[in-house]
Amino acid sequence: MSDLTDLGVAAIRDGVRAGSFSACDVADAFIVNVSKAKALNAFLVETPEHAIAAATAADTARAAGETLKALAGVPIGMKDLFCTNGVVTTAASRILEGFVPPYESRVSQNLWDAGAGMLGKLNMDQFAMGSSNETSAFGNVISPWRRANGDTAPLAPGGSSGGSSSAVAARLCPAATGTDTGGSIRQPAAFTGITGIKPTYGRCSRWGTIAFASSLDQAGPMARDVRDCAILLEAMAGFDARDATSLKLDVPQWEAGLSGDLSGKRVGIPKEYRVDGMPAEIEALWQQGIDWMKDAGAEIVEISLPHTKYALPAYYIIAPAEASSNLARYDGVRYGLRDLPEGAGLQDMYAATRAEGFGDEVKRRILIGTYVLSAGFYDAYYTQAQKVRALIARDFEQAFERCDVLLTPTAPSAAFALGEKQADPIAMYLNDVFTVPSSLAGLPAMSVPGGLDKDGLPLGLQIIGRPLDEQGVLNAGLAIEQRAGFVARPGVWW
Amino acid sequence: MTEFRIQGDTGEWEVVVGLEVHAQVTSQAKLFSGAATTFGAEPNTQVSLVDAAMPGMLPVPNMECIRQAVRTGLAIGAQINRWSRFDRKNYFYADLPQGYQISQLYHPLVGEGAIDISLDEKDPDAATKRIGVERIHVEQDAGKLMHDQHPTRSYVDLNRSGVALMEIVSRPDMASPAEAGAYLRKLRAILRYVGSCDGNMEEGSMRADVNVSVRKPGDELGMRTETKNVNSVRFVMAVVEQEARRQVEVIEAGGTIAQETRLYDPDRNETRSMRSKEDAHDYRYFPDPDLLPLELEQAFLDDCLASLPELPDAKRKRYEDLGITPYNAAVLTAEVEAARWFDTLLDAGAKGPAAANWTTSELFGALNRLGKDITESPVSPTQAAELLALVADGTLSGSLAKQVFEVMLETGDAPSTIVEERGLKQTSDTGAIDAVIAQIMAANEDKVADYRGGKDKLFGFFVGQTMKAMGGKANPGVVNDLLKKALG
Amino acid sequence: MSVDTKTVKKIAGLARIAITDEQAGRVAPELDNIIHWIEMLEEVDTTGVEPMTAVIPNHLRLRDDVVTEGGIRDALMQNAPQGEHGFFTVPKVIE
Ligand SMILES: [Mg+2]
Ligand SMILES: [Zn+2]
Repeated sequence: MSDLTDLGVAAIRDGVRAGSFSACDVADAFIVNVSKAKALNAFLVETPEHAIAAATAADTARAAGETLKALAGVPIGMKDLFCTNGVVTTAASRILEGFVPPYESRVSQNLWDAGAGMLGKLNMDQFAMGSSNETSAFGNVISPWRRANGDTAPLAPGGSSGGSSSAVAARLCPAATGTDTGGSIRQPAAFTGITGIKPTYGRCSRWGTIAFASSLDQAGPMARDVRDCAILLEAMAGFDARDATSLKLDVPQWEAGLSGDLSGKRVGIPKEYRVDGMPAEIEALWQQGIDWMKDAGAEIVEISLPHTKYALPAYYIIAPAEASSNLARYDGVRYGLRDLPEGAGLQDMYAATRAEGFGDEVKRRILIGTYVLSAGFYDAYYTQAQKVRALIARDFEQAFERCDVLLTPTAPSAAFALGEKQADPIAMYLNDVFTVPSSLAGLPAMSVPGGLDKDGLPLGLQIIGRPLDEQGVLNAGLAIEQRAGFVARPGVWW
Repeated sequence: MTEFRIQGDTGEWEVVVGLEVHAQVTSQAKLFSGAATTFGAEPNTQVSLVDAAMPGMLPVPNMECIRQAVRTGLAIGAQINRWSRFDRKNYFYADLPQGYQISQLYHPLVGEGAIDISLDEKDPDAATKRIGVERIHVEQDAGKLMHDQHPTRSYVDLNRSGVALMEIVSRPDMASPAEAGAYLRKLRAILRYVGSCDGNMEEGSMRADVNVSVRKPGDELGMRTETKNVNSVRFVMAVVEQEARRQVEVIEAGGTIAQETRLYDPDRNETRSMRSKEDAHDYRYFPDPDLLPLELEQAFLDDCLASLPELPDAKRKRYEDLGITPYNAAVLTAEVEAARWFDTLLDAGAKGPAAANWTTSELFGALNRLGKDITESPVSPTQAAELLALVADGTLSGSLAKQVFEVMLETGDAPSTIVEERGLKQTSDTGAIDAVIAQIMAANEDKVADYRGGKDKLFGFFVGQTMKAMGGKANPGVVNDLLKKALG
Repeated sequence: MSVDTKTVKKIAGLARIAITDEQAGRVAPELDNIIHWIEMLEEVDTTGVEPMTAVIPNHLRLRDDVVTEGGIRDALMQNAPQGEHGFFTVPKVIE
């Protein structure tokens, strides 16, 4: 039998059901991989006992002849943004170091209810702010990928769900949860040659997920392929009365609805995504993607999203504004770090605690958000940004009158070396140029691996769908997956 | 209304007052969480994960709080905004776990309305005045800090954190301490009639931020100060008075009024600047991204309207239309519990004016003596109606009714039972009364002669003697008639 | 608008993040750069456009007025840096 850690979610689920192997064997195999991969720094906390308990429950249920749950026997990694009952949750920030939530996030609870087990909590960019996983207070996550030219410079796994992408790509877990505010599932998926989907805003409850920017944050799965994403998303999604923005809709059976046949579908190609300085390889991959879509039976239509170039600036007003307020609760009073200098009063305690507890990127965004909301600037920045956001959403609406899904590159480059873009925040922000517009419009979007660049690093293609049309997105993703034949994987060096 | 003027060295000054009243919405659970709102619980026991602002927690609004604010708005004839929105007011303080208060700045739930006040509700001739209400919005209360438990620490109790408040913002339409007091009393009465706030000022269910400025008559509005969290009608009136006088003094001494937040110190009867909170008032308001706009259906508003009880002004008018004096009507409608009691009395068949006289004098007098609230009255409206009926049909005289009422207060028995058991029934038996009259005339022949000789005043003497001899049980009307006949 | 050291100190104060003059001096040009970049939005004509309120059409649901939570003081306080007698505690506030 091949290595169990080579199996994805569907294969593990089906194998456990069929009795081809036990859930405990699967859990053990991944636990071993996790323990051997410290060099990647993908896990902040390892929870083998949790994974084993879930696996034992699956094996026991099978032995008793019970119908197995949707994810019985499947161990996963949990991004550290999800609060997990009794397990330290930090959002990769000092300010929450040692914080043990007395509650379970709705999304993680849904996964446990479906029978999944947890291998551990995954490292990430601090408070999900970053695109390279260099903002974690607990060290960078290293991508398992290396350039093919023998260069051993550590590469960025993307961010903010970099622990998730690294762990899935390195076979430390068959799948992981991610969260996506401006591209934090899709960009790291593209960087590491895996698949990830951000559903429509409101599909996954935000209850118990540490907030970055409330109007943008969405949880989603990161896995080896489209089917695995569909399976996981079905478990993660669902109405939650405790989240006022949760959509009161039944969760579709996305896995059952999978089809790579795009006959009768129209795929839109937004011309504004052809940005200056985009590497020729990305351009070529995009063209390749267009050809795959045609091959799958789709009709290609050129469309226009005229406000695309304003998406990033609008995002860098709205997201920091929301974050500056969402992160005000980290004040050293009820939980987390407290820094109380000698003789300090309450307000000094706040300032010292937050200066000590937040990393530089988090502080930068809090300052931007505070600035754009401060007296006299609100309308010029925030209101204008929300108007532009409405225009961006309208662009998509109009585009979807002419097509069913959009195809774009996921990121403007392949993975870069750690440290390469840290000096220039805007250069870092530009990583999300293709993912941010759909986030602003709340649309479902996914990244699937399309090929490798000249250095042997993965490149991803992004599919963007209509609101609530995760099925259309998954199916287009599947069509690419079936044609791309992407089987590259990083060699184990860690 | 009466002109209130402050006499300064440079002439007369007017005072301009606006009130922002925070009223706790009557509800079981908090505005955005399912924790209880009961007063006086053990510290931090009525706190949910949301109220403590644990990471990842989200607000979900309580329908009842919205409903009560809408009903309050309808009660003051205000415009209800079918589209409103919650905003975050950002600031750091230990009683504010989220680091922001969820409130409504840009699009409040309730818009323009008004409250009519009268300086003396009991005087039908007192002038009335309409005070504009700019808006009512819904927001979260903060927690509570205690400073005197520990030498170097303040204690934080989050039980109040997230309790629903209505902030009722008046126009600067009041021009005297008396008007401010009348407005607050009237507002409190309306809230209590509507049932949207218990009006309990001692427990902090209602508190006012008092905005005061002064100006020379006819001038532009002066710079105002805001005195925070004033928790009684009397104190609000004192704040207006003291603050206006202070401002006049400052200006006349060549100073200027700073727009600032002040505190009232009841012990010294003065306001003081709150220097510890001089933080540049930059609250960075923006729409709460955890919540969607609040959109109300017409049917919801219709239900709110249909659920409104008769309000103080309407009730007073109805009482007056029943022939009740304006004074009594005002007394009876001032507190919702009294009005409710009295309405039950009317429903039980009592006649308006007599019932009003009896309630305001006999019942209120007795309750006052007993130190009891109307809700604790030992006599029920049904029993009172029975008592009044016995007076109306002549079974009891006024003085007998008083005796019966005293027994009712003590025993809680029905008046008919008391009359029966103690033989307190009034008699109209002319034979018995005539016999007594004959005896009295025989014993007082000199007075009979005087009366017949023109001393009319002696009639009262014969009435008194007769009533006394009858043990107070004779029907006074019958006694009068028979005496007139006998004396000729 | 441009962001200078003084502005950085002011907004850091509002955000309750302690910052030294030296740090503020370092951050100022960075923030200034970002703010200028986002000011690109000024060129968008948004006349007659309503600011977005709900990204996906949805209605605000209201809860029933029922007490469903509370009585979890120990759980709430288990992560507190400081507390006693059932209270969270902070350095004494002088009002
Ligand atoms: Mg106020
Ligand atoms: Zn208020």
